[in-house]
Amino acid sequence: MQALEKFQKNTREWLQANCPESMRTAMVADEVVWGGRNARFKNPDSKLWLERMAARGWTCPTWPAEYGGGGLNKEEAIILNQELRRINARPALTSFGISMLGPVLLESGSVDQIMEHIPKIVAGEIRWCQGYSEPGSGSDLASLSTRAELHGDTYTINGSKVWTSYADQADWIFCLVRTDFEVPKHAGISFILFDMASPGITTKPIQLISGGSPFCETFFDDVKVPQRNLVGRLNEGWSIAKRLLQHERTMISSFGLSSGQSDRGGTTTSNLASVEAAAMHYRGDSDRLSDAVLRDRIAQFKIDSAAFAYTSQRSIEESKQGQGPNATSSMLKNYGCELNKRRYELLMQALGSQGLGWEGDGFNSDELQVTREWLRSKANSIEGGTSEIQLNVIAKRVLGLPDIMSMSKQQGSK
Amino acid sequence: MALVLNEDQLLLKDSAQSFCQQLAPVSVLRCLRDSNDETGFDQAIWTQMVDLGWAGMAIPEAYGGYGFGYGGLGVVLEETGRTLVSSPLISTVLLAATAINELGSEQQKQELLPKIVAGELLVALALDENSSHAPSRIHTSAERSGDGFILNGAKTFVLDGHVAQKLIVVARSSGEIDSKQGTGLFLVDATLEGIAINRTHMVDSRNSAKIEFSQVEVGADALLGEADGGFDGLDRVLDIARIGLAAEMLGSIQEVFERILDFLKTREQFGILIGSFQGLQHRAATMYSEIELCKSVVRAALAGLDDPAKSREDIAELASIAKAKLSEVFFEVSNEGIQMHGGIGMTDEFDIGFFLKRARVAQQFLGDASFHRDRYASLNNF
Repeated sequence: MQALEKFQKNTREWLQANCPESMRTAMVADEVVWGGRNARFKNPDSKLWLERMAARGWTCPTWPAEYGGGGLNKEEAIILNQELRRINARPALTSFGISMLGPVLLESGSVDQIMEHIPKIVAGEIRWCQGYSEPGSGSDLASLSTRAELHGDTYTINGSKVWTSYADQADWIFCLVRTDFEVPKHAGISFILFDMASPGITTKPIQLISGGSPFCETFFDDVKVPQRNLVGRLNEGWSIAKRLLQHERTMISSFGLSSGQSDRGGTTTSNLASVEAAAMHYRGDSDRLSDAVLRDRIAQFKIDSAAFAYTSQRSIEESKQGQGPNATSSMLKNYGCELNKRRYELLMQALGSQGLGWEGDGFNSDELQVTREWLRSKANSIEGGTSEIQLNVIAKRVLGLPDIMSMSKQQGSK
Repeated sequence: MALVLNEDQLLLKDSAQSFCQQLAPVSVLRCLRDSNDETGFDQAIWTQMVDLGWAGMAIPEAYGGYGFGYGGLGVVLEETGRTLVSSPLISTVLLAATAINELGSEQQKQELLPKIVAGELLVALALDENSSHAPSRIHTSAERSGDGFILNGAKTFVLDGHVAQKLIVVARSSGEIDSKQGTGLFLVDATLEGIAINRTHMVDSRNSAKIEFSQVEVGADALLGEADGGFDGLDRVLDIARIGLAAEMLGSIQEVFERILDFLKTREQFGILIGSFQGLQHRAATMYSEIELCKSVVRAALAGLDDPAKSREDIAELASIAKAKLSEVFFEVSNEGIQMHGGIGMTDEFDIGFFLKRARVAQQFLGDASFHRDRYASLNNF
């Protein structure tokens, strides 16, 4: 106990001295730090903050110190998180290397692979993207057909991926490829890493209903990849792929968590800081929301949000040291995403016609932003495995209900 | 805040679970119903529960209790919810003892709490006057007369009202009917002249009563707390009871869900287990998710009650979150309990119907989901 108190005291002092003032304000969308070879720091404090945090390994607090991580135990990591929240500190680094690849590489990667990639993830030097979905393989991810053929000690990769987040800005990709076409679909998949600067790779952004283009189509045309970049054993990539999805789902489930001050991650002014504040502002209500039906729905939403936040917290308390997420990550992912969608539908109701602007005059930037975020939120229950797939996983893996798919040979799904 | 049970609580849970499953299963409630039992609970089982210390779980050691906190009482209530134990645990321990402990004078606590811990005294809270919960809407009057008061009015939905030796009556000594000011709690003998108690047979087979007070004379020593400053105190007591009730509901909800899962894994139609049908799997997975949320809010609320750093507002919010959420989910899960069992779920011989019946009573008692959503919104200034 005393050691933890000392850790808390030292952490608080260090943050006080090292977290720049501008990093203690709500995150602004275009100041999110993704790192990478072409990292851009619109705010110079972001760079300083990243360097200081990375030097202590606190961008990845629980990863082993020998690979550049923070080396903290679970209790210390919780304290660090509390102290960061206490001063409203921005995340120093946001990356798929941290939230997805790193944890599985530490579990399944070779020592060489860990030594090569983990320190760069911690430092934000390499930005990663995820090569999972394909045009013909969405929910049925294991049917993927991008192929990798070994000639000598080099794989030649051909095929295409879709919904590759920020592929056009990423330095490396972790990718699922088919290495055996003769066996049942789950048994012929391998997990491989390669440089996005390799010859033969092209990316093409996809415009979404929200107008944004965070996702890409990615094409591989005779891309050469060293054999040593295969993670785990040949044809055993599916178990790594599923493990990574658990980490991804845990990350996405955090969309359902709103901070105490704001329902929208703190990017807004006070009128839009919460659904109820918005609803009252646009109706001119002062002490009680005049729309009784909306008031009841918002109360129900906020109660569910509180219950969900307690559940996320309980799941952290229940997980054993270093064990990471389990099948309940599907429950958290599903519930968190549905909550986030509810939040935006309620915000749209709260704003009325002011929430329906697309661009130009007549709407302020926050209002226009809400419209786009509402549209973007529809993807929450599709990306990282649809809500329906999460319910399948819960039914099968958590509740132990019989699997009707096992009756057919073509079984399994993302 | 710890959202997982500690070692003491885990031991308590084990012992409460084996007691309820072995000695107080659902068949006991069925038997009480079928025999039209006059007390409505099994005295022998209650005596054993008292021997296990359950009546003194949250009562301070200074008054003969065991100081296990509300976290401990919550664990016990959750297990009694699994087998629908009908006992004075809610009326006397969760409501009345809490009221005495929170609001009573030192003398009242010294006199009454040890008797409750020992199982020698049953006390009921006479609060509701209307068919929907509205704790500040009190019509029953407490008119000052000499040093004491004269009570007049009528109460309904008084849990264990027909077996309690003492009643805690919420009555108004000043102010308008809807005013939070002017109400107080009066502790009276149930046998006093002018008190007419009529047992009501409720759908969940537990005990409740309608009680009329006509020119009932009580002394000044009947007061629990202040005569006209009682609402805040009452509300605090109700919040503790709402959280305890939510713990009991959590037990019942989990039991229904486990019975559903067992059925999905054993019942065959069209030559395969019905649990392999996606239409049922997704409903089960959705229920599972909601139940996980229920567990978290109940743990958070119970931990909040035992955490001295929590403010009155924190507790009020936790209580409304817990009671609203558990009421909603118990509604859904109890309905699915019938539907997923199909025809057999409609038969009286099968136990699942008892849970549906209990669900509706528990939902209503101390405020249903819409009462608590409204209260939550008000607490959060919208």
